[in-house]
Amino acid sequence: MDRKIRVLVAKPGLDGHDRGAKVVARALRDAGMEVIYTGLRQTPEQIVSAAIQEDVDCVALSILSGAHNHLFPKVVDLLKEKGADDVLVVGGGVIPDEDIPGLVAKGVAAVFTPGTPTTKTAEYIRENIKRK
Amino acid sequence: MSQSDRAEKVRHLVDGAVAGDVRSVSRLISLVENEASGYEEAYSMFYGRTGKAKVIGITGPPGGGKSTLVDKLASKLRQLGNRVGVIAVDPTSPFTGGAVLGDRVRMQRHNADPGVFIRSMGTRGHLGGLSRGTAAAVDVLDAAGYDYVLVETVGVGQSEIEISSLSDLVVLLNVPGLGDEIQIIKAGIMEIGDVFVVNKMDRPGADRTKAELEYALDLGHELPRRPKVLMTNAETSEGVAELVAEIDDYYGWLRDSGILEKRRAKHAELVVTRMLADRLMKRLGSEGEDGELAGELYVCVSRRLLTPYEAAERIFKRIIEKGAI
Repeated sequence: MDRKIRVLVAKPGLDGHDRGAKVVARALRDAGMEVIYTGLRQTPEQIVSAAIQEDVDCVALSILSGAHNHLFPKVVDLLKEKGADDVLVVGGGVIPDEDIPGLVAKGVAAVFTPGTPTTKTAEYIRENIKRK
Repeated sequence: MSQSDRAEKVRHLVDGAVAGDVRSVSRLISLVENEASGYEEAYSMFYGRTGKAKVIGITGPPGGGKSTLVDKLASKLRQLGNRVGVIAVDPTSPFTGGAVLGDRVRMQRHNADPGVFIRSMGTRGHLGGLSRGTAAAVDVLDAAGYDYVLVETVGVGQSEIEISSLSDLVVLLNVPGLGDEIQIIKAGIMEIGDVFVVNKMDRPGADRTKAELEYALDLGHELPRRPKVLMTNAETSEGVAELVAEIDDYYGWLRDSGILEKRRAKHAELVVTRMLADRLMKRLGSEGEDGELAGELYVCVSRRLLTPYEAAERIFKRIIEKGAI
């Protein structure tokens, strides 16, 4: 049996808009993945704790509030701290292009901005998860 | 990976899980859920430590408030000093194999509490309200020392009663407005509750739903002790403390009356016979002449040359003749 890819879709920070996160969750479902959706306003600590309990291959973060430069790397660091650095971290939302290289340098594998076809996100995750 | 490396890795995982390391618990659940290489060895290493947790099933219709109630039960049980494991099952798509597991949304408050472990599972094609791996995940949490394991089924209808084949005690959740008392006296799911709950007690019709349940239970029930019907508003936690008290009380009675032991023996029977059936199926699914024989027999049945019973009998005989399964 093929191992199922498990993805945690999470909304760190304080913005209350999760349409995008839900669209991505649905798209990953349709790509055959098990998506754990955790809801709004999560702290990085809560997200990492959930990611570990759920034993996910990937954490997909969505943020619209502008706090991505702080919160995305925080999730990466906490995962590392807990020994879960084999979890792929990707981000999405309203992220200015000039911020992306900095996020990538801090361990966010990829950033998907508005307009990215959801199939591309699914494909990226499938091809880049670290655990096979 | 060599066999000894693998055994070493599995041993490490089991030791970690038994010591309460969250990441090991989580990894071990994946191992047994996926029936990945080494899962049988893992089972032999931790199974002796299971049997201590109180396994409570929570079932009821979709949108009835199961996740919210589980969230509040976990809070109350934590307050009382227990470590709590939760397994929440949601449906897997029959078309893509994917799933959106959303029960955790209602349980966010526990994410930062090391005394609560929550795991979401997709049904992965299994019917009955649970997934194939649910029982194994319960065993892992039990071995890891969680005092209570709450198992939340998918939203169920009338006959998804598998939860009763793995829980020590079943909480059956109802909500007002789903149907008249004829629904309540039907066979099936109404027969598996040890504790009945009318959730969303603030909604119109809640009293009537409670009265109808009481009436149906007065007409008869499975066990000598009549289940109680409690009212809750999971959203505000109203009635949750009373529910926990009733769960503990009923659990104590199940244990003292010897019913719990009988139930667990029945569960063991189901697990073992299911594994036996799995083995037979695997044996059949194997390639080569047996696979071909089975394939031919299926065609014969579809063409009405054999009855399904005759085909099953022939396959069974073939397996017996061959000896080792």
